[in-house]
Amino acid sequence: MEKETCTFSYCQRPEVTEVECDLLIMGGGMAGCGAAFEASRWANEKGLKVVMVDKAATDRSGAVAMGLSAINTYIGENKVADYVKYVRNDLMGIIREDLVFDLGRHVDNSVQLFEEWGLPIWKKGDDGFSLDGFQAAEAGKKSLKDGGTPVRSGKWQIMINGESYKVIVAEAAKKALQTNREATGMAQNHFERVFIVKAVMDTNGKNVAAAIGFSTRENKIYSFKAKAMICATAGAVNCFRPRSVGEGMGRTWYPVFSSGSGYAFGMQAGAELTLMENRFVPARFKDGYGPVGAWFLFFKAKATDSFGEDYCTNKEYFDDAVARYGDYAKGLGTAIRNHLMMRAMKDGKGPILMRTHEAMEALGKEFTEKLGEKEGKKKMKHLEAEAWEDFLDMAIGQASIWAANNIEPDKTPSEIMPTEPYLLGSHAGCAGFWVSGPGDLPGTPEHYSWGYNRMSTVPGLFMAGDVVGASGHKFSSGSHAEGRLCAKSAIAYILDHPDYKPSPKMSLDEIAAELYTPFEIYEKHKVYTTDPEINPNYISPKALQLRLMKISDEYFGGCATWYMTSKTMLEMGLQKLEMLKEDAAKMAAKDLHELLRCFENYHRILSVEAHARHILFREESRYPGYYYRGDYNKIDDENWKCFTNSKYNSETHAWEFKKVPYVQMYP
Amino acid sequence: MPSFVITEKCDGCKAQDKTACQYICPHDLMALDREKMKAYNQEPEQCWECFNCVKICPQQAIETRGYSDFVPLGSSNIPMRGTDSIMWTIKFRNGILKRFKFPIRTTAEGSVEPYAGKPAPDFATLKQPGFFNGPARTE
Repeated sequence: MEKETCTFSYCQRPEVTEVECDLLIMGGGMAGCGAAFEASRWANEKGLKVVMVDKAATDRSGAVAMGLSAINTYIGENKVADYVKYVRNDLMGIIREDLVFDLGRHVDNSVQLFEEWGLPIWKKGDDGFSLDGFQAAEAGKKSLKDGGTPVRSGKWQIMINGESYKVIVAEAAKKALQTNREATGMAQNHFERVFIVKAVMDTNGKNVAAAIGFSTRENKIYSFKAKAMICATAGAVNCFRPRSVGEGMGRTWYPVFSSGSGYAFGMQAGAELTLMENRFVPARFKDGYGPVGAWFLFFKAKATDSFGEDYCTNKEYFDDAVARYGDYAKGLGTAIRNHLMMRAMKDGKGPILMRTHEAMEALGKEFTEKLGEKEGKKKMKHLEAEAWEDFLDMAIGQASIWAANNIEPDKTPSEIMPTEPYLLGSHAGCAGFWVSGPGDLPGTPEHYSWGYNRMSTVPGLFMAGDVVGASGHKFSSGSHAEGRLCAKSAIAYILDHPDYKPSPKMSLDEIAAELYTPFEIYEKHKVYTTDPEINPNYISPKALQLRLMKISDEYFGGCATWYMTSKTMLEMGLQKLEMLKEDAAKMAAKDLHELLRCFENYHRILSVEAHARHILFREESRYPGYYYRGDYNKIDDENWKCFTNSKYNSETHAWEFKKVPYVQMYP
Repeated sequence: MPSFVITEKCDGCKAQDKTACQYICPHDLMALDREKMKAYNQEPEQCWECFNCVKICPQQAIETRGYSDFVPLGSSNIPMRGTDSIMWTIKFRNGILKRFKFPIRTTAEGSVEPYAGKPAPDFATLKQPGFFNGPARTE
């Protein structure tokens, strides 16, 4: 097929702006905001320029855009080493313990700042019941920093009134960036609605010299040249066909706007990936994907099959899981609980029900016994509000689904269901890049550390949040803290390399032509047919995305096959993906919104390819309940208790794979 | 549930260069029809139903309608976001009405002073654990 190019014969040439800075932060979510806050403080002293770029509005960008009802990582009274053990158990034995420990010893600092900035955090009242953020202040409860007692919903989680969580964290980041403008005289260092889509290498063949993006609001392209960069963008969603394929396609559990752009950026730069076979398939309230954590941990609800049986205690299922997956099954981590639930569903015992009504009844009884009829009722009313807030803070649509279906949680149980797969590294998943650890922890093996904390294998390219591999369970607070760790080491890197001047390998004209190719294609061909939607010369981003989702779903272990795949299925899917990649060069965009969608799709395709090739490389089923290799449906510690690392060459499209030893640092 | 804009209430944020909903939508869904001066959701099947357009609309012109592939008609869920708290009014299909009010922040909007009262960074610790405002915990 003829390759389409852009000579601006048909579409308008954009204005190209070069922005020079010392540190570039890509992504304005929790990790990006943490990086901006920490970096500016250090940078201001040395006159270093910090720039943050966000494809959305930072007040409401990233995974916390809607809000959250809990902060899932607060170490508090616990031990950091126990946090490492919990993460290791949940991620089936293979994690970078140095990264996880490092995160654990830093995360509380960020949470305490959130409270200082105005995030309402629940506290334990004198009667042992919970007080919301306002009630706690009225009752004179101490802040976390001063030893206040949060309301734990689980060992690591604390409850918050988090509707404005992101707005508050963004405010601190934006103010921090303002101080950097004042210290350096830069006119602008916070770019919203600019989507970074491409890494351009340096003529030195080592660094990334520039990050290229375009405005989604005007015909403008940006080249950000920086001495160091922090990639703080999200994981990848809408890669697999979702369970809802009509309007509900947008109601993904993880944000639908997470398009794998960070994975793509690092891959273009040749950064080494690790554990990209990992994915997350959360079991959530059906259709609305509302959170279940508070229901399990805080309200003590039980999930059962439709006959009232707790599928986790089914002897047949459990014994089979132990036979296949060994002691990992006994740990009953998230993947294994998913696996056991799916066994029940496949046996026709669904729907799986969260027994909210029984949990509420038990709590009501307990409250009446403790407090008497009148006070008990009052507490129950507060508890009902807490249950609704859990949805209204972070998955509002789930509350709407309850209302539309006349579901009152104290009267009716609710269905739960495993979602479509997502790729991410900050929640209960660990797909991402291989980064250097802090290096100072006792027992750190040599291959875990190469100088700068959280630096990828590409010099000067740092990773934070979702794109860091082998270190999950950071969540919102941990991502913020990791952004800060990145910022510090990136500043150290910049100070250690004062002579480095970025020199991009591509000219601005070449860059503009590449980015605007989908416009050129559309304008060139649109009049050929009477309906521009159906045209043999190009493919719309929407159509291409649906094709990608179908391939992933049917060949790479999506819902269609109950998350099952194998060597033969993967190989067939990869063949189809090759053609899809060729056709992706024929995506057409009629406006800036579609151009955004085109590039999100390029990024999704790369993320999916990495995912599929990693699954193919790892010849075992390390993550049952997330995906299965039907040809190796067991955990094989002897051969595979190791990291699986890969490198993609964006010029030759060649992949290199290797096993990297896992080292247990904490007993 | 995708957001929709009520024709009568939307004024296209005429005083601004772009509408509030365009500004805030994390997925770039809201668009403005410049002829009609009315905003609309240009890609409802990509709507995460984060309600940020609903919360920010100065005219209260935006609401949501359940995803057509799984939500029955007839209910509504409407927030009113103030400076320190948010009020939700939820109407069930069968008419049950629930109202909730939750705190959203304990400080005034715009009052965050990120570095006030915080120590200056000590460059001797740049390559050690910890942040500019304090060391990492040890145990």
